Amino acid sequence: MFHIYCPHCAEYREEEEFHAKGQAHIPRPLDPEACSDKEWGEYLFFRKNPRGLHHELWVHAAGCRKFFNMTRDTQTYEIKEVYKIGEQPSVVAE
Amino acid sequence: MSDLNVMTPEQSAATKAAVMNQVPGPEIQGQSPLHHADLESLAQQGPKTGGVHLRELKLLGHLTLRCNPENGDQLAAVERVLGVALPLQPLTSTEKGGYSIRWMSPDEWLILVPGLETFDIEAKFRDEMPGHYSLVNSSGGSTVLELSGANVIDVLKKSTPVDLHPKEFPVGKVVSTVFAKSTATIRRSGEQRFELIIRRSFSDYIWLWLQDASREYGLVIEA
Repeated sequence: MFHIYCPHCAEYREEEEFHAKGQAHIPRPLDPEACSDKEWGEYLFFRKNPRGLHHELWVHAAGCRKFFNMTRDTQTYEIKEVYKIGEQPSVVAE
Repeated sequence: MSDLNVMTPEQSAATKAAVMNQVPGPEIQGQSPLHHADLESLAQQGPKTGGVHLRELKLLGHLTLRCNPENGDQLAAVERVLGVALPLQPLTSTEKGGYSIRWMSPDEWLILVPGLETFDIEAKFRDEMPGHYSLVNSSGGSTVLELSGANVIDVLKKSTPVDLHPKEFPVGKVVSTVFAKSTATIRRSGEQRFELIIRRSFSDYIWLWLQDASREYGLVIEA
């Protein structure tokens, strides 16, 4: 079980209250019409699957229902950092 | 959000939503989501002593308010309408008389008021609140259970993963969390008293769950 710090509730809660929503920081192309099929396909379907640091989007589904970002090590399961939407991670892969 | 709050009085007036009184009047008796459980009869016939006391605070008005916590005009308007300020710190609540406000999210609050006053308060909000906000009457969607007694914490420990120690969960704190296989908004209203706001559609399930979970301590129904 993860013990996750919600940056909006400002306290640790059980993983049960949260949902993982996949990779964070995926910007929608500003002009979708101008995308090639490859660019659009990669935006829609292609996700990172790193061994090590991963920036993820989570939602406090049973709590405040706000989204936030988490940097997590997929190998050790260690949560490195939690930060709000719009902020940049301070822990990044080399 | 902030630039949406800069509106001329005409624009502000144009945002006035049509408000409908959902309660027909005191002459028609409302039915709470636990009407079928007939808590009144159980309160009369059931045991009078036990470790857990359960009471339904039924047919209250539930108003969900979403607004900007950084907009001083909106905060002042709420205080004018309810006589009590919005709790701005996470997981806190404020209360005055029959009115209580729970922090649900950084920009969302749940206001509980006496059922028959709901429409008046809603209308007052429409007159007083400036700028961009949302007020929804969600009274029909949930109900409130009050649990108290010497073993109330033992029952809650079976049902939810939050830390209920008084140091972590002081009187007045509010958490929205998982409860049994459903969810609840739990507020500590006294050392050994908690209020659970539960979904209407889960009220029967949670009623059955609480009966089962409190069997070993003895459940007293109050009406």
